[in-house]
Amino acid sequence: MTRRVPRRVRNWLPGLLLVSPSILAVGLFVYGLIFWNTREAVSGRHDEISPYRFDKGRNFVDLWDQPSWPGAVKHALLFTAVFVAGALLLGAFLAFLMDKGIRGEASFRVVYLFPMAVSFIASGVVWRWLMNPAPPERAVGLNQLFGELHLGALANGWWQDPEWGMAAMALPAIWQMSGYVMALYLAGFRGVPEELREAARVDGASEWKVYRHVVFPQLRPVTLSALIILGHISLKVFDLVMAIAGKQIITYVPAIATYVEVLDRHDPANGATIATYLLLAVALLVIPYLVWSVRAERTR
Amino acid sequence: MAVAAVAVTGALAAAGCGGGSTGSNDTSEVEVFSWWTGAGEADGLAAMKADFEKRNPGTKFTNAAIAGGSGTQAQAVLASRLQNRKPPDSFQGHAGAELLDYIKAGQIEPLDSFYDENRLKAAYPEQLLQQITYQGRIYSVPVNIHRSNVLWYNPGVLKDAGISAPPKSIAEFIADLKAVKAKTKKVPLSLGAQWTADHLLENVLLGDLGTDAYNALWKPGADWGTPAVGKALGDFGEIMGYTTQEAASTDWQGAAKAVVDGRAAFNIMGDWAYGYFTGNAPNGLGKKLDTDFKYAPSPGTDGTYMWLSDSFTLPRNAPHRGGAIAWLKEASSKEGQDLFNPKKGSIPARKDADRTLYKGYLEYAFNEWNKPGVKLAGSFWHGVNASKKQHTDIDTAVGLFLQNKDVAKLQAGLVSAAKNSGQ
Repeated sequence: MTRRVPRRVRNWLPGLLLVSPSILAVGLFVYGLIFWNTREAVSGRHDEISPYRFDKGRNFVDLWDQPSWPGAVKHALLFTAVFVAGALLLGAFLAFLMDKGIRGEASFRVVYLFPMAVSFIASGVVWRWLMNPAPPERAVGLNQLFGELHLGALANGWWQDPEWGMAAMALPAIWQMSGYVMALYLAGFRGVPEELREAARVDGASEWKVYRHVVFPQLRPVTLSALIILGHISLKVFDLVMAIAGKQIITYVPAIATYVEVLDRHDPANGATIATYLLLAVALLVIPYLVWSVRAERTR
Repeated sequence: MAVAAVAVTGALAAAGCGGGSTGSNDTSEVEVFSWWTGAGEADGLAAMKADFEKRNPGTKFTNAAIAGGSGTQAQAVLASRLQNRKPPDSFQGHAGAELLDYIKAGQIEPLDSFYDENRLKAAYPEQLLQQITYQGRIYSVPVNIHRSNVLWYNPGVLKDAGISAPPKSIAEFIADLKAVKAKTKKVPLSLGAQWTADHLLENVLLGDLGTDAYNALWKPGADWGTPAVGKALGDFGEIMGYTTQEAASTDWQGAAKAVVDGRAAFNIMGDWAYGYFTGNAPNGLGKKLDTDFKYAPSPGTDGTYMWLSDSFTLPRNAPHRGGAIAWLKEASSKEGQDLFNPKKGSIPARKDADRTLYKGYLEYAFNEWNKPGVKLAGSFWHGVNASKKQHTDIDTAVGLFLQNKDVAKLQAGLVSAAKNSGQ
C-alpha cells in the first residue's frame, strides 16, 4: 500500500513548488536588496571603511544640504512633467489620427513604434548632435538647420539652458515613448464598442464630442497605466542624460547622483539614501495604482 | 541602480568564493588592470607586455584593460572587484591622493620595501616622491608623467588679434582674450564639458597663486577662504566669460580641435592634446606644430611642471603576488618606461630615461621635467592631490558656478569641499 499525499496538500503543493523559485528570487533580489539598501541609507557611512552605526534617518535630511541635490530634484521634476505630458498628448493625438482611419495605418504604426526599440543610449548620442547648442554659424544639428532655413531666431541652447534645459532633455524621451503611448491608446480606442459611438452620433454629437464625452472617459485605465509607466521611467532616467550630457551639474538627476555618490565620491550612505528616495517617489506612483487595480479586479 | 548592481555582484561573489586566498608569491600569472585601450596607450602597454614576457618567461600576462577615458568605467568595475575581495594582481591608478580611498580601506599595500630593494628612491625625482607619499609611505609606482599646464594656441588667430607672444601671466591672458574678442570673430578660449572647466580652474589657481601657495591648498586644514584664492576665482570667472556657450556638449577633443582648425585662439589642456593634434587619422588630426598650433606653459606657470601620472599598485591579497611584483619591476624600470612612453605620448617618471627617444613636444616636456630647479605641482583634477570626495565636490561647485556665475558661492563651495575632504 502506498502512502497517499492528503488531498489538500496535493492541491497547493505543486503550485507552491512552481512559484517558489520566483518567490525566492524576488525575495532575495528585490526585497532583500531594498532592505540592504535602506540599511545602508541609515548607516551614516559616508565612506567605505567606517563601521556601521544607525543614524536614525538623519541622512534623509542632511542630503538636502548637498549642493548638487536640490538641483537634481528640480531637474527630475521638470523632466517628468514635460516628458509625461508631452508623451501622453502626442501619443493620444497619434492614436486619434490612426483611429480615424488613415491609409497605410499599419506602416505608420510601425514607424511610430520603432523608436521604442532603440535604446536611450543610442538615441541619446544622435540627439546630442541634433541638440547642439552652438549659435547657427558654428552649430551642427537643429540649430544649423534653423540657420540655413533663415529661422536663426529659433536656435536655442537646448539642454544647456540653465532654467529650462531639462525640458529640452525631455524631447528625445517624448520622441521615443510617444509611439508606445499611441499603441496603448489605439488598443483602448478599438476596445470602445462602435455601438456607443453610433448612439452618440444619433443623438447629434459632433465627432469631437464623441471623443470628448464617450471615448476618452472610457480610457481612464489606459491613461492611468500610461502615466505610471512613463512616470517611473522618467523619475529613474539615467542613460539618456548620460548619453547626451554625461555627469554634468547642468543636467544632474537623482539616478546620476546615485552613481556619482557611490562610484565617484565613495559615499555609500548618500548613494543609498538617494536610491531610497527614488524608490519612494516611484512607490508614490505605483502603490495607488496597484490598490486601484486590485479594487477594480474585485468589483469585476 | 548602481548600488543594486554592486550588491548583486557582491552576493554572487560571496556565494562563489569560499576560502579566499591570501597573498602568495605565485608567479605563474599576472592580471594587470588598466584603462589603456586607446590609440598609443594600448600600443605602449603591448610593448611593455612583450618586454615583460621576455624577462619573465614563466609568467602568463593577462591584460584586463577596460575602455573609457580617464578610467571612469574602469574604476567602477575596480571598485566592485575590490569590495568583493577579488582584486586584480595590479591595477592602474593616478598617482597621489586619488589612491587614498584604497589606502584607507587597506586595499593596497605600501611599497617602501619594493622601492628600497630596487633602489627606486634615487631613480625618481624627490619632489615627485614627496607628493605621492601618504603618512610616510609610498603606495604606487609611477610609469609616466603628463603635463597639465599647457596653453595651446593658434598662431594665425593671435596674429590677427595683434598678439605677438603667448601670455606670461593671468593678467596678460585676460588682456589677450579681450583682444581676440574685439579684433577677430574667433572664439577667444575654447572649452569643453564641465571637467575641462575643472582643468582650467587648476591652471588659473596655479598661475595666480604661484606654486607654493597652490601646493599648500592641498595640505590638511588648508584655507580656501583667503582673498588670494578669491582673486584667482574672480579671474577664473572673468576668463570663463570668453568661452563658448556650447562648451558642455563637447569633450576636450572638440575644444582642442577648435584651436588647430582656426576657430578658436586658445585652449588650456593637458599634453595628451599633442598626440591628438599631430597623430594620423583616425585617431589624430594630422596637424603641424608651429604652422597649425603652438604651445606654451599656461599663463603664469613657467618653471612649474603641473604633473599627473599613471601608476601601478599592489593590491592586498593579490592572487599572484609574485607576478605582481615582477610587473611592478617592469613598470618602474628604465627599459619599460622607455618602451611605453614614446608610444603613449608622455615622458618617463624616472630621471635616467633615454632622452633621444622623445621628439617634438615630448623633448620639451622631458627637458622641463628634468630641468634643475623645476618646481612640481600636482594636478588636482587628475588625481594627484584631492581625495575623490574633494575632487567630486570641487567638480560640483564648478558645475554650479557655470550656471549661477557667482564667485562668492564658488569659493564657499571650495571651502567646504576642502573641509569635507577627509584627508
